[in-house]
Amino acid sequence: MLLIGTVSVSWYLAVGAVLFVLGAVCMATKRNLLGVLMGVELVLNGANMNFIAFGSKVLRPEGSLGLDGQLIALFVIVLAAAEAAVALAIALNFYNNHNTVDVDRANELNG
Amino acid sequence: MDLIAVAWPYWHQFFFIIFAAAAIGFGFGVLLSKNVVRMAFYLVLSLGSTAGLFFLAGAEFVGAMQLMIYVGGTLVLLIFGVMLTAQKDFINMDTHTQDWILATIVGGSLLMILLFGAFGAEDWNTPQNLEDAQIQATKEATPIGLALTGIRVDSLGDSKDAVEEGKSGYLMPFIIVSIHLLVVLIGAAYMARTKKLSHATDDKSSRAKLMLFKMEQEPERLEEETYVVTHRGKSALNPLEQSDENE
Amino acid sequence: MAEFVDYILNLDDSWFSYLVGALVAAVLILHVVAVGALLFIWMERKISGRIQDRLGPTRVGGKFGWLQTLADGIKLIAKEDLTPDLADKFLFKIAPYVGLAASYAAFIALPFADGVVGQHVNTAVFFVLAVLGLEVFSVILAGYASGSKWSLFGAMREAAQVVSYEVPLGMCVVVPVLICGTMNLTTIANMQAGYFTNWLVFNDPFTFLTAIIYFTCATAGVNRAPFDLAEAESELVAGFHTEYSGLRWSLFFMAEYSSMFVVSALASILFFGGPHGPIPIADILSFLSIDQLGNPDVQAFDETAGGFFSSVNLQVIIARLLGVGNLLFKGIIGVTVMMWIRWTFPRLRIDQVMTMCLKYCVPLAAVGFLGATAWQALDLPTANSLLGSPRYHHHELWTHGLEHQQGSENASSEASDDETPHAEDKTVKADEVFANTVPVSVVKGGER
Repeated sequence: MLLIGTVSVSWYLAVGAVLFVLGAVCMATKRNLLGVLMGVELVLNGANMNFIAFGSKVLRPEGSLGLDGQLIALFVIVLAAAEAAVALAIALNFYNNHNTVDVDRANELNG
Repeated sequence: MDLIAVAWPYWHQFFFIIFAAAAIGFGFGVLLSKNVVRMAFYLVLSLGSTAGLFFLAGAEFVGAMQLMIYVGGTLVLLIFGVMLTAQKDFINMDTHTQDWILATIVGGSLLMILLFGAFGAEDWNTPQNLEDAQIQATKEATPIGLALTGIRVDSLGDSKDAVEEGKSGYLMPFIIVSIHLLVVLIGAAYMARTKKLSHATDDKSSRAKLMLFKMEQEPERLEEETYVVTHRGKSALNPLEQSDENE
Repeated sequence: MAEFVDYILNLDDSWFSYLVGALVAAVLILHVVAVGALLFIWMERKISGRIQDRLGPTRVGGKFGWLQTLADGIKLIAKEDLTPDLADKFLFKIAPYVGLAASYAAFIALPFADGVVGQHVNTAVFFVLAVLGLEVFSVILAGYASGSKWSLFGAMREAAQVVSYEVPLGMCVVVPVLICGTMNLTTIANMQAGYFTNWLVFNDPFTFLTAIIYFTCATAGVNRAPFDLAEAESELVAGFHTEYSGLRWSLFFMAEYSSMFVVSALASILFFGGPHGPIPIADILSFLSIDQLGNPDVQAFDETAGGFFSSVNLQVIIARLLGVGNLLFKGIIGVTVMMWIRWTFPRLRIDQVMTMCLKYCVPLAAVGFLGATAWQALDLPTANSLLGSPRYHHHELWTHGLEHQQGSENASSEASDDETPHAEDKTVKADEVFANTVPVSVVKGGER
């Protein structure tokens, strides 16, 4: 059925949605700090997929976002890189201080 | 001969299915794998397939940037972090069953809503015809570069005044992002740096005092515990607790 | 290629001819990788021998031992494929293939001559660099999955080194992109057609500096000595491939040598004229005029001509083969220089490698970038403007639509009588935007 119809924006949105949910579930279930970070990356990619799909003139010649979609996707990629650098620094600090990367043991603020 | 004589209009679907299946499949790999290094490997493949989808949608520059910055930069950094922290107990970490159940319920319902939204709008779901010239035009990277310097050349015929005059570029966000990156660079370097012991001695911090105390009291035990020096603060192996027990 | 198959089999735009065309390109590229590795390994042994005052291999395959690599390959295939007990089996087995796939995929967007390219990618510069950057994953995975501390140390060093060296590498690559106003490697190469003064390395002193830094960082990026800290045998046994044997081990080497060739070929396209030799022989002999470069209508096979033999455009084919020869020659020269460096300089320490990158290469690349920008902005004389040979410009495809749009806009504004001054003003501004910002100015050859 998929092979008969032409791929529309919706299919790209569906892939983005699945990646987003996978990332969100990953963030919720992983106990490893770096696993949580990987979930964040997946979520950002799912969101990026939407920008690309809406900005694509291949998929929607009429009424696409045009370059705006691609530019926002670029900014998302750059900010994701910045986020990963800071999060990694936090993770390494946490590991140095607590000798663990288990997020369940980061409960000092509970008092 | 008849079969091969047909022009095949489904190449987009074909590659879409390959890349989408790879992206989602390796995404599941990230979610379900327990080994953190394999998770990172699956994430690389998933994001690489996503870059393939970007190429397919005509966003070649973003696809190349995804491969270069995301896969080549960010993920190498992430794997670096994984390898620094992947000690015996932390390579395989199980998730509690109740977490799985809760996350699956919430994630499943979120997925339902998102898929409903994705396929709900009639306008998004109708495939439209492709025109070669327009596809070609979107693939060039120069309009993106010009837009980042504040000039839009991609849609000069647009009805909006700002776009028609070539304004409405992204110069301001670009500058903000570059300053943001600089701040992040400095901040990350500051946070991740190792604090030197001599510096701590000047501050008369507890760790330095502890070291001096131990050097006086029991120099032979110090050798076994020198690795503690590299870790700061309270830890499971904190010699302070052990010395309390000794007393 | 697809059109040719279409014509031979009397098909009309069939999927089969596209498949055959793609397969032919893939097989040709595979031969560049495999035969290139054979040649380069033999060259490495021969050159290192000569530099160390030895003969190198002399026996297998005649006088110069040129079949030595083949004999080595047969020996490696016959070896046992070992996997250590502590290894992560799946990742250990897959790691060499990741590296080979990455360096193979980089060839897809690499143009061997005008029109001789696996796939036209408009952002080819970044595509090649990005795909080549994925090779680091094979080293990291191999290092981690081996379950050996030597391998792990090698992989950690590699990760730190590659991430650092991508910064100056990217800054150097941006300079030709800036001067040519495009990221398309074919267009960048075509703009350097003509005599060797048109090569970007001679454009101004800063591009010369940038070319040197690019080559240094590229050597570090593909892990060649003196930057091969990931496999420093004096410290880490053999680094990331300590535990590998047999065919998997040789795959690492194929990946290394083919990525060496890719970065050398990229250097020659970006700075040394790519497929265009120092003297435009094809242009002088009027096989393929420089004005016709990048013109999609000029094809090696023109099916409209009628008749098989009149359809084949032999002159274009010869000109392109000359271009391929030029690029391969320049690439091999680059690889030879890398080998020369490897057997001449001692290996750096890891801290020296990082110092070299962050304290020398990055500032120098920044100076080169700023200097080249200033040179362009101030319109200072370049080698080709001094000698009076023109640099050739080629339109990017997106500007064509823009011209049409502009033309129609002007036509409509002339036709309509009741236009307001405001609207006219806007059209003028759109014209200005076009004239001031589109970097590539004329379709055919001419002065800037």
